[in-house]
Amino acid sequence: MRGLLARGIHVRFGTRHVLEGLDLPPLAPGEVTVLAGPNAAGKSTLLRAIAQLQPHRGEVTLDGENLARMAAQARARLVGFMPQTLPAGSSLVALESVIAALRAGGAMPAAQADATAMAVMEKLGIAALALEPLSAMSGGQRQMVSLAQAIVRDPRLLLLDEPTSALDMARQVRLLSELRRLAGEGRIVVAVLHDLALAAQWADRIVLLHDGRTHAVGTPEEVLTPALLAEVYGVTARVERCSRGRIMVLIDGEHAPAC
Amino acid sequence: MSGQVLERYHRQSRRNAMLVALLAVAALVALLLDLVTGPAGLPLADTLRALSGGEVARGTQVIVWDVRLPVAVMALLVGAALALAGAEMQTVLENPLAEPFTLGVSSSAALGAAVAIVLGLTLPGLPPVWSVSGNAFLFALGALGLLQLLGRIRGGGPEVLILFGVALNFTAAALLSLVQFVASADALQQLVFWTMGSLAAVQWPGVAMIAIILAATVPFSLRAAWKLTALRLGEDQARSFGVDVAGLRRWTLLRVSILAAAAVSMVGVIGFVGLAGPHIARMLVGENHRVFLPASLLTGALVMSLASTLSKTLVPGVLLPVGLVTSLIGLPIFFALILRGRRR
Repeated sequence: MRGLLARGIHVRFGTRHVLEGLDLPPLAPGEVTVLAGPNAAGKSTLLRAIAQLQPHRGEVTLDGENLARMAAQARARLVGFMPQTLPAGSSLVALESVIAALRAGGAMPAAQADATAMAVMEKLGIAALALEPLSAMSGGQRQMVSLAQAIVRDPRLLLLDEPTSALDMARQVRLLSELRRLAGEGRIVVAVLHDLALAAQWADRIVLLHDGRTHAVGTPEEVLTPALLAEVYGVTARVERCSRGRIMVLIDGEHAPAC
Repeated sequence: MSGQVLERYHRQSRRNAMLVALLAVAALVALLLDLVTGPAGLPLADTLRALSGGEVARGTQVIVWDVRLPVAVMALLVGAALALAGAEMQTVLENPLAEPFTLGVSSSAALGAAVAIVLGLTLPGLPPVWSVSGNAFLFALGALGLLQLLGRIRGGGPEVLILFGVALNFTAAALLSLVQFVASADALQQLVFWTMGSLAAVQWPGVAMIAIILAATVPFSLRAAWKLTALRLGEDQARSFGVDVAGLRRWTLLRVSILAAAAVSMVGVIGFVGLAGPHIARMLVGENHRVFLPASLLTGALVMSLASTLSKTLVPGVLLPVGLVTSLIGLPIFFALILRGRRR
């Protein structure tokens, strides 16, 4: 079976069950899937469980291979993970940190690692940051470096935890187009996004999580409906269609001026 | 664009390698300086001739080879061991305040020494000159074993390890006080002097032991350099890069503790070098552990060697405990670097 399968994922923090036997639909190569849902729905935990960074019950397979039973180094070649934040305290320069993403898990000749890391940074438009220490960077700059670390091993599965949270508009578009391009080349991309407008615009499929379970799965049109958003977020939402057929989500609040 | 940046990165790497080489030269110069100072007031030419195996008076020969050289080399090696241990400790505990003695190695070693000095309980079969060191080493390793065991049971994240280490520190300190309470005045003085850290009693076999331990651990440290570098980006990142973080932490702690235990059992508790050596090195070459680890090792050796020289010259005619001097000369350097870093 090609693609990513996650079945019966169960995660417990002490007595709290964060994920309760969650199933994901099979995710095929070429697709960008967005995990959405309210705070504490279990989005980041699910992403970390798939990446095998979070102890869990259940089974995650990539192209038929069980990720949990794979050696860490072999898994690192298949899976890229982008965390919510990188620690701000490190005086490593950005390029070194991307080279570390290549060389920490396995042997790669220095010259090849240096060139590969530099090429990825150039592609993401952050070549100018290469020699800056991480400690001197803004949150958004660190987030772009973190993306470079995640994709530099050229993984088949990319997992990204709120990759756009600290980015300006231009960089958001740059990152999301890059994800779309990577998916287009046959990779599986799974990202947690809070911004439903971005999700509507860029996702092939949205998985709406609620209370540790999959609440709804489908295309943006199918999932971003007033009824489902009211169920999961408890908000009054309107979904408008713009002239080119794309949908937009508008949230009404008690003190929000009407649109 | 990327070609130029890469070129600049490689220039920077070469500059860092040069800095490491410079530190090595500085450490050797400090070693020579240490060799030519001392209460005997030997002429420089005589000392150098004795070192190079030339014709000198028997007394000069003995002073240089049997008194000064072992002490000077020991200072270099202990400084190297403690600073390397400190650098690795700060990385695996993800804590800039960590040092080789954070997890209770020094207080356990002191307890072991006290048991030997005060209660006369020593390892059977060990020659008397080694009894205190032997006990100290044994207790320090025992503390490490206990810590690893507790870490295994509870899952050894950095916070848990630090908490256990602090508890171990207090336990050993309390037991040490108890032993001191029953000690005779003589034994007490000997013990206090031991805990201050001194190079006075150094002999060649001890020097050889530290040298062997360093030679056996350094290659493993260097092999783990990229893994340790990745850990500076956080545990999740290192694991997603394919690093077995739990294993890395376990093996690194083992290396660090053996280094620290060996150092403390030979020359007593020497503070500051294990904490500040890595910080000075980090400010000089950054945190890529391929250069950061050698730079820390050499910084420690340099600081300790200078401290050894000063311990003989600060108060004429008196050999101060070197543990006191490391703090005295290390602190100004440390402050200067911090202040410079702030301004930048």
